[in-house]
Amino acid sequence: MTAAAPEPKANMGHPVPRYDAAAKVTGRATYASDMPLDNPAYAFLVTSAIAKGRIDGFGLDDAKAVRGVIDIVTHENAPKLKESKLFSNGGYAGTTIQPLKSADIAHDGQIIAVVIAETYEAAREAANRVKVSYTAVEPSSSFDSPGTTTAAAKGQNAQFKEDPEAGDFAKAFDQAEVKLTASYATPTQHHNPMELFTTSCAWMGDNLVIYEGSQYVYGLKNGVAEQLGIDADKVRVVNPYVGGGFGSRGSMTPRTAIIAGIAKRLNRPIKLVPTRDQGFTIATYRAETRHEIRLGAGRDGKLMALRHEGAEVSSRPDAYCVGGTKTTTRLYACPNVSSLVSIVRADRNTPGFMRSPPEVPYLFALESAMDELAVKLNMDPVELRRINDTTVEPIGGKPYTSRSLMACFDEAAKTFGWSQRSPQPKSMSDGDWLVGYGCAATCYPTQMAPSAARVRLQRDGRTRVEIAGHEIGTGAYTVIAQTASERLGVPLEKVAVFMGDSDLPPAPVAGGSNSTASTCSAVMMVCDQIRQRLFKAVMPGDSLADKAKETVGISQTPSTQAAKSDRPLDIEKAFDALGVGVVEEYGEWKPEGAPLDSFKAMHSGHARLIGGPEMKDKIAYAFGAEFVEVRVNRFTHEIRCPRLVGAFAAGRIMNPRTARSQLMGGLIWGMSSALLEATEIDERNARYVNDNLADYLVPVNADVPNVEVILLSEQDEQINPAGVKGLGELANVGTNAAICNAIYHATGQRIRKLPVRLENIEV
Amino acid sequence: MRPFSYQRATDPDMAVQALGAATAANNPLTQAAAQPLAGGTTLIDLMKLDVMRPAALVDISPLASGWSAIESKADGLRLGALAKMSDVAAHAEIQRNYPVIANSLNLAASAQLRNMATLGGNVMQRTRCSYFRDVSYENCNKRSPGSGCAAMDGVNRMHAVLGTSDQCIAAYPGDFAQALIALDAMVEITGRSGMRTMPFADLHKAPGKTPDIETTLQPGELISAFSIPGRWPRSLYLKARDRQSYEFALSSAAVALDVQDGTIRDARVALGGVATVPWRAREAEMLLKGQKFDDGLAQRVADAAFADAKGRQHNSFKIALGKRVVARALQQAVTMEVRS
Repeated sequence: MTAAAPEPKANMGHPVPRYDAAAKVTGRATYASDMPLDNPAYAFLVTSAIAKGRIDGFGLDDAKAVRGVIDIVTHENAPKLKESKLFSNGGYAGTTIQPLKSADIAHDGQIIAVVIAETYEAAREAANRVKVSYTAVEPSSSFDSPGTTTAAAKGQNAQFKEDPEAGDFAKAFDQAEVKLTASYATPTQHHNPMELFTTSCAWMGDNLVIYEGSQYVYGLKNGVAEQLGIDADKVRVVNPYVGGGFGSRGSMTPRTAIIAGIAKRLNRPIKLVPTRDQGFTIATYRAETRHEIRLGAGRDGKLMALRHEGAEVSSRPDAYCVGGTKTTTRLYACPNVSSLVSIVRADRNTPGFMRSPPEVPYLFALESAMDELAVKLNMDPVELRRINDTTVEPIGGKPYTSRSLMACFDEAAKTFGWSQRSPQPKSMSDGDWLVGYGCAATCYPTQMAPSAARVRLQRDGRTRVEIAGHEIGTGAYTVIAQTASERLGVPLEKVAVFMGDSDLPPAPVAGGSNSTASTCSAVMMVCDQIRQRLFKAVMPGDSLADKAKETVGISQTPSTQAAKSDRPLDIEKAFDALGVGVVEEYGEWKPEGAPLDSFKAMHSGHARLIGGPEMKDKIAYAFGAEFVEVRVNRFTHEIRCPRLVGAFAAGRIMNPRTARSQLMGGLIWGMSSALLEATEIDERNARYVNDNLADYLVPVNADVPNVEVILLSEQDEQINPAGVKGLGELANVGTNAAICNAIYHATGQRIRKLPVRLENIEV
Repeated sequence: MRPFSYQRATDPDMAVQALGAATAANNPLTQAAAQPLAGGTTLIDLMKLDVMRPAALVDISPLASGWSAIESKADGLRLGALAKMSDVAAHAEIQRNYPVIANSLNLAASAQLRNMATLGGNVMQRTRCSYFRDVSYENCNKRSPGSGCAAMDGVNRMHAVLGTSDQCIAAYPGDFAQALIALDAMVEITGRSGMRTMPFADLHKAPGKTPDIETTLQPGELISAFSIPGRWPRSLYLKARDRQSYEFALSSAAVALDVQDGTIRDARVALGGVATVPWRAREAEMLLKGQKFDDGLAQRVADAAFADAKGRQHNSFKIALGKRVVARALQQAVTMEVRS
């Protein structure tokens, strides 16, 4: 057993290698832009150099003179597309700013023309030769710019229904023995997945095939069909592998329907490969946020009052927000809570999901404040969490289905060597380096969504699983293959999994860390349907089979009692009894509490995630604790993070290898979000400045020499049949706070604004 | 990228003729119609960004057979301009006798880039100013003279505080050049009328009124070698940056000392990440000569090195940072173990 494949503990699957490992490391895995097209033309985007104003005109002569140019599409001649509503308003779009519709410019880097040519090189050269004249209007770039408008999220964002509150915050805060009021800020960030935001569109008659890295092929298929005004059954989205998503491919961007429309008009497949810098403005991003936290506690450390105010930037037309108060108001026991989330509208593109969208910024604020409170109380920050640990969330009084927060703290503290910490700030050093230890909690809501699957079993045990899930690098192929293998009792190497194709049975968006819970629950259910058929064949009189018969085809939790995977089944004997060569089952699974129209929504590309704080009589979260060592150079003030240790509990761990990889990547991402990642905005013109991977910093290996992941055993039977809490977005939460807490410990300086750069340190 | 012709130069004559013929009418050199291609780690990037639009590339990599030698002699070091950064950094005698050179190369870029990039190309690399590299910004005096400077009041955290002008504040991004300028390196230049030699310090030009003119190289001239007089075993390069590897300097210092019996006989201090060109802090280093080292002296040297520095909105921190980097580099150089 190598470090990459931790020994499974109770309620963990086998750490089998990735299903797609060999394909990926040998380059055989085909991503969207690798798909062969028949005689394609190539598209290159022209994007706006201003953030607000109008296009007065184009100078296209130079561009058209480039050999191989076929067409240049601008708002003057673009295919007419129907509008799509924002996903949170029942649509599919990540933005309602539709480029090429008029001469208006709503944000920096908006698509203003598409050059089509016989080669990529000609398209790019011609795009460079397009001249644009603008009338620019001074834009509002962010929080402090004149001309922004601010309003409460509640009432303008349909998915943000309530500002959570409980008890009487004002009174309790007033009376609290120890009080803290502090403001925090997080920066704009971009996902920068390795795979660029490519799109290829090919029509065959009235049928459209789209090759595009997507985290939601059903959403994209339905959204593009809506924009084109065609039947969704005529659209197929294919992407067997996605080169990273992190939320950036969760909802539809405007480019897809534009490319589809141009391909239709030219009657030729079109391939678009935008550049890295264009990716900063043609897709979404994590908007900058600001927070004010107020904590009131007794001298014993018990929280009596908590208020969290958050403000987030969005675009002019769209009220996007992440609203993380739904989690921060419920994390600790506290009888008096209030909160408010506001949205600040600026001349920016519409933000969107980015890995742990609410938790990264909102827990940064809360977990920093908890550390500050611990300092005020002269208390170990771990003990402050222990004192305020709870099994019941304070807003609705609902019990957590399971909660291993303190077990995570204790395990991680032990491995990290937290007891070696001398509590005084600036009390630890090593040569040129001041040393600080810090910690923070992480949590992430456990979410599920309806999912279908088709499973086909042959007499020789070969199994084919079909599900329109998404391999965004998480290991989805692997855990789905494991699920089928274990459930049907067939060897893993006999299981083939097909995903990333909207012609397959629908799966939800690969977002909100719901994929494993949802798709594996669906695959388990369908495998059980097969088992029931086989059981019935070999044991026609068996009462178990009668019970199975009652439940076949019913999409509720399968009759697991009737077809436990540990019950031996002789597949060949069953096939002989049935007299068939192949057994195939299709089924649709939905989580407990899903509304009646869930399956309809599933087919039409509307993912309805259920879980977290929004369950009926319970609340479900995965938890973890993270400890970091930070070193601050006395002379250069450089900040380094030589050690990251995280312990996590997330229900059943399907595969300790892929889980560890997710969590390790999360810890690194979390460190990065504290120390490196920020998209710089030129406030004069609301434009992104460092829109490339040389200037938008992400960690290199030398930045993360030691990352340790501890998987805790946890069992939770109240969440979903697979018993899985999503963990893809668990480990990158709280790390930013842990880093700042460690910087405080190292230097005595509290930093409340991210990212922390060496110029922010005053040693 | 725009179409260009590609030619492999198989000998120096052919290279300089090809470059000179195509560029005779052009000024400045960075906008010349013909550009030499060595490792390509900067040029190709800038062509993709449409910042550089050469009509012809003259591939000089075949000249490596004659222009990549590393020759360490008692009286100095000679480095061929087409030597790879990684080969020079790994050279045992350079590590022993010129640690500042080995450090500056090893702390630059990534392993992959160091394997590709040549010394000559490295010193000629162009600024990382975001506004220079993005042609959608109209205001860049370096790209189009007289158009203004978007960085002056824009996002300028990475920009220079020394050697700036009211036309340009773009920082020189390299590391190795600081080692060269500190050690009084000479640069050998091969042109159509033969070879000339000049101090490396005269190669780069501060922006002044003409930020588009970055060096004193003439059309058809190529750097063929660098020579460094003497040996500098007590030397090092200290680089402060946002991440631990693969990142440009926020501030760096190349220092070299000759200390005998506790007295500093000779001292060199050059600064990176903070200036528009490779920057020698000559007045500051004068303070060290003939002195016994202490922390107060290091501080005075550091203050002198940045006496003329001018910060802008986001880069003022570089002045205080730069001083600490200089002082620390001197402390480390004084105490470093030197094998005689």
